[in-house]
Order: sequence, then structure tokens, then C-alpha cells
Amino acid sequence: MQSFDYTITDPQGIHARPAGIFVKEAAKFPCSVKIAKDGKEVDAKKILGVMSLGVKQGMTVTITTDGDQEAEAKEALEAFLKENL
Amino acid sequence: MEYQGKSVFSGIAIGPLCLYQKADSMVKRYKIEDADAEVKRFEDAQATAKDQLQSLYDKALKEVGEANAAIFEVHQMMLDDGDYLESIINIIRTQLVNAEYAVATTGDNFAQMFAAMDDEYMQARSADIKDISNRVVQVLQGAAAGGINSDVPVILLADDLAPSETVQLDKSLVLSFVTRGGSTNSHTAILARTMSIPALIGVDFPEDLDGKTGIVDGYKGILIIDPSAEQIEEYQKKKDEDEEKKRLLLELKGKENVTLDGRKVNLYANIGGVGDVASVLQNDAGGIGLFRSEFLYLGADDYPTEDAQFQAYKTVAETMAGKKVIIRTLDIGADKQVDYFHLEKEENPAMGYRAIRICLTRPDIFKTQLRAIYRASYYGTISIMFPMIISVDEVVKCKEIVNEVKKELDEQGLPYGEVELGIMIETPAAVLMSEELAKEVDFFSIGTNDLTQYTLACDRQNAAIESFNDPHHPAVLKEIQMTIENGHKGGAWVGICGELGADTSLTETFLRMGVDELSVSPSRILAVRDVVRKLDLSK
Repeated sequence: MQSFDYTITDPQGIHARPAGIFVKEAAKFPCSVKIAKDGKEVDAKKILGVMSLGVKQGMTVTITTDGDQEAEAKEALEAFLKENL
Repeated sequence: MEYQGKSVFSGIAIGPLCLYQKADSMVKRYKIEDADAEVKRFEDAQATAKDQLQSLYDKALKEVGEANAAIFEVHQMMLDDGDYLESIINIIRTQLVNAEYAVATTGDNFAQMFAAMDDEYMQARSADIKDISNRVVQVLQGAAAGGINSDVPVILLADDLAPSETVQLDKSLVLSFVTRGGSTNSHTAILARTMSIPALIGVDFPEDLDGKTGIVDGYKGILIIDPSAEQIEEYQKKKDEDEEKKRLLLELKGKENVTLDGRKVNLYANIGGVGDVASVLQNDAGGIGLFRSEFLYLGADDYPTEDAQFQAYKTVAETMAGKKVIIRTLDIGADKQVDYFHLEKEENPAMGYRAIRICLTRPDIFKTQLRAIYRASYYGTISIMFPMIISVDEVVKCKEIVNEVKKELDEQGLPYGEVELGIMIETPAAVLMSEELAKEVDFFSIGTNDLTQYTLACDRQNAAIESFNDPHHPAVLKEIQMTIENGHKGGAWVGICGELGADTSLTETFLRMGVDELSVSPSRILAVRDVVRKLDLSK
């Protein structure tokens, strides 16, 4: 299992469209991917769950990958978040 | 009768009122026997709904642009959401009920979850969940989509419109949107802005208005029902004025800046930050003639880093997509409050330690900015101009520092593009030396505001001498003429980026002097273009 924290810098937060792209990115990996905010953890491969976290600018999320290719997933998602959110 | 609401796009609309006909999606609950077959029926409907969303996406992409179309891509993902599907299939299997009911119930549950969030944007997404659920229900029921029951253009009234409803509307039949619900973030509001038609939200209009005449005042946010003849006349006049303005815009957008006798001039825009680029493009400027880089310094508590500057310049260069972007290096003096520069208070900051004078004595600050600009130049067409130049020697020094920067970047293997170098002509000294200066640079840009104050010895800030500070003074015009002639002699092109560039009473004079470029505030581009296109310099 691997995990990292990321603080959102995008002024709009993880709104619908970025949530969609993020989910697509997470779904590329066979391992499980979770995203958590303030103790609430959801499946990062499901858009409604990710949106339901209501993540805004300045908030910190924790991404946890577990299983096959967990290291690659962590790296890819970290890069994705830095680039887009 | 007047109803107050909130305007999300200004403008005037006059026409018949029409209530939007919602597609009938009453859902009945009934028992089924074969759960597998029902799940299959749902999955087929889900696939059809996704196909529909794909064609809506394609349609929206063409009609209203990528940003507005993106929602249908998100809708497709929502329709694929694991939790959503699981809930529907679970309801069908455990309760042995029809798919329509399972979809509608699941949709309601998720919509409630979003409606309960303490975030206005996410609350608005509950409409998206209802929308995708309604779509699947409609496919299951084979129901028809809603629409406008009229042959002539109408003011469309609705409780609220879902994105799929707005995109399916025949846009040629809509003069204006008026909704009871909705938010400034709602799709109706976004669509109205894209279509540039007046729209109101939060209007508590009564029922049975179909066929009556209405007026939407998108400036004040009111809907008038059954207006008087005087009101109609008054609003018709306003509407005509609006249309005249719009027509000018449409007519001149995409047109060349060319006089009747074929003389062309570049019309660029002056900007003071990254956020201004949208209006540069909207007003169809050919480039950015003056990008004031001060905003990076003024808004900060410490010297902006090379990377922060690089990002800002790169964003502008990329957004302008190859069109010229002329960045003016730091133009700060004691009259601007930037604490971390630790500038001494001066009696006369306009003639003090400022702009290039700071850069040449504190090369560390200058080099950071030049490195950022050069790195960004790889991503577009960037030019640099130096402010407050009074001598050839200063230009030579600037170029030396530029060469050092380029050498450093080469050593580090960082790429950069071709960068034109120019100077501001804003001191009488620069005008008098313009013949020599032209040999050193690619272009001149005349800063008429400072040039006027220095030439006429009139402090710009002093209101008491405002009547003496005349930018039309023949001395200033002579200097402009001289600068243009000497610039051309030495092979430099010459532009004007001060206030005077937008003064349409002088456009003809400047063109006759041979000016190559005028850089004005974005909102003035089309007005200047209009004047240029009516000139005939052969007469």
C-alpha cells in the first residue's frame, strides 16, 4: 500500500469535469485507488463519490493505492494532480 | 406587471412568452418477475443514453464550444459510475421492480446527496444527476423529448432547464431565457452567455402566460408581462441601440486593419495581467503591443521567482497562439509602493530611480525577469521592450545582459525562441537619439503619456496644470513624426502604445506619418479599426 497527500491549488477545486478526468486516470490502474478528505474515504474510480467529497481549493486529500501497480498509480496520480489541480 | 429576478446576461428581448414543455417522465412502480431480463433492459437503455450523450456532446461542441460541451462528457461518466449502477441493479434485484422506478429512485437519492452539500457549485450538480436519470427513464419509456411549442421566436419560461434540454432546443426560437430556479452557475445561465442573449433567473412568474407578450430587461433583471405601448417603444429603442453596437462588433471582427486605399496597420492590445487576455481575443486584437509586467511585482510580498514569472508569460504566449506578445520589462519607480524593493523616497519619482535605471544597476532582478521571458518565448512569439531609455549606451548594456542570459540558457540546455528587442520611446532624449537607437533594436514603441509629460515639462499627476499637459501639442506630434522617420531609416518598425494610440481623432495623422502599429486597450480595438477602414490616405 502506498499513499500521499496533495493540497488542491485550482481555484475551482475538484469540480465535475476535473473529477471526471481524475477518475478516468485512476481507472487506468488495476490496483484499488482511494481518495480521502477529513476522514471520509471514497473509491477514486467513481465520479459521484469523488464529487461528493466537495474538495475545494486549499483542502488536502490523501490518495491511497493498494495492489497491482500501486507504485505506478501513485506516481501517475501525483503527477496528474500537480498538473491539473 | 413586472417581476424582479436576477440577470445572468444583459440585453433586451421583446416577444411572445412561451412555457417550456417538459418531457413527460412520470414513473410508475410495478413488480417484475425476471430480474435478469430487467437488468438487461436497464443496461440497454444505459447504453442508448450514453450514445445520445455522445451525440449531444458532438452537437454542443459545434454549437456552443468545448467548455459548454464538457458537461455531456461528465454525464457519460456519471452514467458509468459504479455506485450509481450498483444502486439501480440492487433495487431491481432485491425489490423485483421495474427499471424505470429503480433509476428514478437512485437518481433522487444521489440528487439529494448533492443538494445537501454546503457548496453552491455541487448543489447545482444535483440537477445533473436528475438529468441523466430522466434520460435513462425516457429511453426506457420511449418518451419524446420536450421542446418549444411555437413557430416564432419566444421568450422561454421554465422552472429550470437541464443541460440536455437546453442543448436540444432549437436556438433560433429563443430570444431569452427566464427561469424560476437556477443559479448563475446553471447551464441555462452559461448557455445564455454563450448565445449572448438576455437571461434572468429566480423570477417568480405566474402560470398561464403562454401567448402573452413580454419584455426581458437583462440590465435591470426584470420581466415585464403585457407591457404598455410606451414601454414597448422605449425598449425597442434600447434594443436597436444594442443591436447597432453588436452589429459593429460582428461586422468588424475578423476584418483587416486596412484603409480604403490599402494601407495596413497592426492593431495590438495593452494589458496589465494574464486575466486580460480573454478580452484581447474577444476584441480581435492582432497581438499584445504592451504587456505591463509590473503586476507580477506589485501584487507580491517579495521578488517574484523566475518560475512564477515564466508561468505567467508562458500562459499569455500560449493563449495568444503565435500572435506577437510584447513584454515590457519592469517599469517600477518610487511612485509605486513595492516595499521589498527598498526604494528611497524621492522628491520627483517620475524623473528618478525607475524602470531600466533599476534594472541596469540591479542586474540580479533584471536577469531573473529576462530568463523567465526567454524561457517563455519557446511557447509563442514574444518580444521584449525596455522602458525609460535615454541613450544608446543603455541599450547596448541591456543587450549584453540579454546575451549573458541566452548563454546561460544554452549551457543549461533550456530552449527559447526568436525574440525581437525594442525600446520604449518616452523621453525627449530617446527621440533625439532615435536615428542611432534604431540601429540597435528591432522596434520602437512610443509611450505618449510619459513623452508628453517629459517634453512639455508637465507632471502627469498634477491636476493644477492639466490644461498645459496637452498630448496634441505640436511638439509631441513632431517628436512622433521624427521617431517614425528615424526608426524606419534605421530598419526598426515603430508603434504607439500610449493613450494617444487610441485617440481616433489622430488615427489618420499617425497613419500618414507611417506608423506600423497602434497598441490600445482591448475595448478600443474595434473602434480604431472602424476608423482605419474608413480612411483614404490617397486623398
